[in-house]
This record gives sequence, structure tokens and C-alpha cells, in this order.
Amino acid sequence: MRRIFLFLVALPIAAFPIAASAGEIWVTNEKDDNISVIDTATLEVVRTIATGERPRGITFNSDHSRAYICASDSDAVEVMDARTGEILHELPSGEDPEQFVLAPDDKHLWIANEDDAVTTVVDVDTRNVVAQINVGIEPEGMAVSPDGKIVVTTSETTNMAHWIDTATMTIFANTLVDSRPRHAEFTADGRELWVSSEIGGTVTVFDVATRAEKGKIAFGITGINADLIQPVGFEFAPDDKTAFVALGPSNHVAVIDMKTLAVEEYILVGRRVWHMAFSPDHKQLFTTNGVSGDVTVIDVAAREPVKSIKVGRFPWGAAARP
Amino acid sequence: MPEIRIRRTMSAGLLAALLGAAGPVQAEVTVAVTYLRQEQKAPPVLSNLDPIPTDLGIAGAKVALADSETTGRFLGHQYRLQVISIVPGGDLAAAAKTALAASPVVLLDAPAESILTVADLPEARDALIFNVASGERRLRDHDCRANLLHTIAEDSMRADALMQVLRARRWTRTALIVGPRPEDEDFAATLRAAAAKFGVEILAEKAWTFDTDLRRAAGKEVPLFTQDLPDHDVLLIADDADDFARYVADNTWLPRPVAGSDGLSGEGWAPVLEQWGAVQLQNRFEVLAKREMRPRDYAAWTALRTVGEAVTRTNSADPVKLRTYILSDAFALDGFKGRSLSYRDWNGQLRQPMPVVNARALVELAPLDGYLHQDNDMDTLGLDRAESACQAFGG
Repeated sequence: MRRIFLFLVALPIAAFPIAASAGEIWVTNEKDDNISVIDTATLEVVRTIATGERPRGITFNSDHSRAYICASDSDAVEVMDARTGEILHELPSGEDPEQFVLAPDDKHLWIANEDDAVTTVVDVDTRNVVAQINVGIEPEGMAVSPDGKIVVTTSETTNMAHWIDTATMTIFANTLVDSRPRHAEFTADGRELWVSSEIGGTVTVFDVATRAEKGKIAFGITGINADLIQPVGFEFAPDDKTAFVALGPSNHVAVIDMKTLAVEEYILVGRRVWHMAFSPDHKQLFTTNGVSGDVTVIDVAAREPVKSIKVGRFPWGAAARP
Repeated sequence: MPEIRIRRTMSAGLLAALLGAAGPVQAEVTVAVTYLRQEQKAPPVLSNLDPIPTDLGIAGAKVALADSETTGRFLGHQYRLQVISIVPGGDLAAAAKTALAASPVVLLDAPAESILTVADLPEARDALIFNVASGERRLRDHDCRANLLHTIAEDSMRADALMQVLRARRWTRTALIVGPRPEDEDFAATLRAAAAKFGVEILAEKAWTFDTDLRRAAGKEVPLFTQDLPDHDVLLIADDADDFARYVADNTWLPRPVAGSDGLSGEGWAPVLEQWGAVQLQNRFEVLAKREMRPRDYAAWTALRTVGEAVTRTNSADPVKLRTYILSDAFALDGFKGRSLSYRDWNGQLRQPMPVVNARALVELAPLDGYLHQDNDMDTLGLDRAESACQAFGG
């Protein structure tokens, strides 16, 4: 009942006390060409920052002084001073950059060029393209292993995870996944790679050492057609015990026990949930809801949605900054 | 990083578990596909604004070929596409025999009668044929064939999608204008059946009788022609050849939206689709074809992508194996319409969401919320299992 109520009206947050934490969540608004910055203590939008056209992927460098933003329709990655919101310069990104990952050493940005079937590697210091790697059609998901040795690109129409050796910048393996892979992440210990398949409706878990499939997670929500349960973005709790998976037009986030791969719970959020980011203290999870144009704040411990925050049109990416 | 290679000594189970776990995996597979077209002489129409593209359908197959080849490159699968186009009145059966000898996978672009001629050839017995052109009901009903799948939407799927929208809007009082050609009457019959199915009333019908050049006279003639219709919410038009329908809107006696062959319509694909990644497919198509993607292009695209998806997952080019996989529960095709596409195992029709569009935007994607079905909501569109007289699929 609480959840339904939450949907109908903006709830006074006092009803759900939640530990206030210092920090920000940056949300890219794909159809407004800007970023909404949410204060994780007040749960209000405190800043709106203009970007290039159709901002989607967003990430920070290690000390969070710089934000990198995929401005897809500007065919550029923008580098922003995270304190002032000023765009410092653009990086050559190849056409239509959608998602990217920054290597753990902050040196190389690995970019999926959705319209070009290419993964572009850019040196963020020299601002040069270091390599372009042919991958499958519509590359999207990007992941880097914690040791920085492997980068994975997933391609939506080719239905594969392409494993790239970062030393040689060449593909050393291709693994099939279910239809329309969207997002990939390595676990914190680097032993597993998870890949979500939006149309296949599954998340595939790979053993990184052998690249063999360890398991596959399927979903089921009473009253929702199976083919509308479409896993897209996901995040792991830092202890690698719990995963949160956004399920697109089913408007739910699944909570998964990472050891057993069992779905423990479904949390109702806004419409067409895409991506998500934890608050810096990992007590809150912020999901971007593309169709409803808002962000749902989830109390991680209680596994309850506590607030919807109106942002711009078609919120897509999310990243946390302390 | 060393490359893992699957060794032949591995057990089949382990091999299956590791399918695709490394770079070039299995033995080379080559898949030859023929796009076989019976050209048809289009009837003359009043407007020259929208000529029928000469590569209609074929361009969609070419984009799907490129999409499938990219995946194939990583798996050692190669695809070849041959296009055979027979002039109006030419010998389609002879061409089909040649095509089937070269490859058992055929995308067939022909009228319903010709499709049956090809599907019934002895050479086609174990072939995998995709109907990419005919929406006629009988091919999904008593005239279905086991070797024939349909990626083009059945006409009733288009009409059902439209009627779901009219019903949801509570625009349930309609009038219908029917063109003079037999195809117009066929589409009118489909609209009538869909209207009855979803509780939309057709209060009156009028036969279109004009034989003048309406481009100059529509403003004078159409108001008079529609003046005696009873009050209605929407004016339906059945004009299969796209001849006169475009001159009705904004010329009617009452200010009413038009639907059916102009205005609001249900389609398998439309240039206004941009959600669900559709813009990526539209972009790839426009780069290749230098025009917008039409429903027949999409039907050809889904047919060849169906083959590609089945080859990727089965590692085989055997049409019997491919067909078994395509009709199984495991098959899921991403068709850029927000839901996974699959085939109806009672008549071989591709199950798909149907965009209901106007010239400028997607209005709704059918099935709409609230149209429920015991198995799959998409089966509220078109011939359902219980309605189809098809026996060839073991049903």
C-alpha cells in the first residue's frame, strides 16, 4: 500500500526517516540536454547543469574532480569541472557515444559508439584516440575489471560480450548472451562478470577466469507480462552480496542475492527504470526513470522506495559524487 | 591473455555450456538466403507523392544481412543473400525451383496465391520460407503451410491494433468509406471484423465512386460525399492502393479524424518509430537505402534476422533445425518494438507489437494496457489459436 501511495503523491520524506548523507547524485537528462544534481541529504535537485546534445553515460574520475559525459548527439565526450559545472573541453569519442568506462588508473576512457559498431579508446590526458576496436552492432554496455586488465563491450544486436585485453587493445574472446545486452559490470573481487539482456529478460553471470557461464537470472513479477520485465542497468553493493537490477518497463528493481543468484525482492519504482547509482555511503540507491521523468530514492537497508524526485525529461545515467 | 579453444573431445553438454565461450568457436557455417520477388504492376493512383520504392523489402533484407554478418564474423558464420526478381507475369515457380536448389531459405515477396504455389513445390518440402509481403488471412488460416512463416503482419493485426486504440479513446462510433477495388473490399471486411471484435460500431458505409481528378475537386466533392453520414467519431477509409484516401482528411463535412488507409493506422513498422532503439535501425536503413523504412522492409529485416538469430543459437544452417528452434520457446528476437518477438506455433505468424501511428508520431503501441490474453497480450492482435483453422503446425 505504501508503494502505491508513493506513486500517487509526492510523500513528505519525514514519514520515512533515512540517514542523511553528504553527497550528490548526477543524473543525465537525455531529452533536456542537461544534468540534474541531487543532494543526497535533502533529496532535492540543487543544481541543473547544461550539457551537449542527448547526454547519456556519465562517470567521474577517481577524485571526483572531473565528470565525463557522453553527449551522444554531439558525437563527443564532454569533460566537466565537477565543482563549477564548466565544460573544460571535449574528447574525441567517435560517433554516437552512449556508455563508457574509465580505467581504474584514470588514463583511458573506453567508449561504446552505438551507431558505428566500434569501441573507441581515448587517452584523457593527451585527448587522442588510442585505438578503435571493431565490435558487434550497437555496442552499449561497458565494463572494466577492477585490475584494469579486461574491458568488456556488449553489443545489442549482435548479442555478445566482447572481451578486450587492455594491454593489446584487441578482442580475445566473444561470449553469446541473450537478446539485446544492455549493461555489464565486474564484481568488486573481479571474479564475475554480469551482463543484462533487455529483450532476453535475463542477467547472465560469467566466471571471468574461464569465461564460462556460471548462472543465469530470470525474473517474474505477478501481474506483469514476462516480456515487459526487461533488465537494463544494475549495481552491486560494495560487499558483493546484493545486486540491484533495473527492470525497465516493468517499473521494478530486483534485489538479488549474489551468492545464490536468487531474486529476493522486487521494489516498485518509476516508469521505465534505466540506470542507478548508490549514494556515497551506499545507504541510498537512486534510479533513473525514463518515462516518468523522475528519480526514485530507495532505502537500501529497508529495500523500500522513499521518495520520487522530479528531474528533467528522460533521465538516463546516474553517478555519485561525495 | 590466452585464447580458450573448445576441443572436440569435450562432452556435448560441456560444449553446450561453453557455447561461444571463446573466439572463433565452431566449424564454419554458411547460410545462403534468397529474396524471391514476384513483381506486381501497381494500379495507377491519383498522387505521385509516394512512389513505391523499387527496392521495397529488398533493402530491409540487406540491412539484416549486414547485421547478421557482424555477429557471424565472431562465430565463423557466413551469410549470403541472392535477390531474384520476376517481372509481372513471369514464371515464379521456375525461379523458385532454381532458388530452392541453391538455398532452402527463401524470403518470398509475392501475392498470396503465388506464395502457395511456391510453398507447395516438391522442392520446397523441407524449405524455410518467409512470407514478407502478404497480409491475407487465409495464409494463416485454412491455407497455412508448415514450411511457411509470416513476418509481414497479418491484415487483421493492423486492423485490431487500430480498433484497440479507438476503443481505448472511446471513439466507438465510426463510418466507413470503401474503395472500388476488390482489395479495398477485403480490407473493409478486415476492418469490420476488427471493429466487431473490439466493440467499435460502424454506423454507415459508403462506396467511393469518384472517377475525377480529386486533387482539384476534393474540397468541393468530399464535404458533399460525407454530408449524409450519420454523426460519428472517426471516419474509416478502406483504400488498399493508397489512391484516394489522402484527399479525404480535412475535407469532410464534420470535423472528424480519419483512420484506416490514411490518418491513424496500425502498421508493422513506420518511419515515426524512434523508441526502443528503433532509431538505430532507422539510421542503418536510411544509410543503406536512402529512404525511410516501410513495413515490407521491416518484414524482410525480421525474416533474415530470424534466420540469423536461429543460426547464431543453433550453430546450424539446416532449415529443419532452424525451423524447430524458431518455433520453440527459446526463440526471442529483438525487433526494436520494445518486446521480444516470437512466432505463433499454430500458424507461423510473427507475434509482434503493432505501432498505431499518424504521419508525425507514434500514437500507441498495441497491444494497449488492459487488453489481456491468457498466454500473451500480443495475441490479442490477429488470428488467435482458437480462431485459426490451420492444421499444418500440428495444432
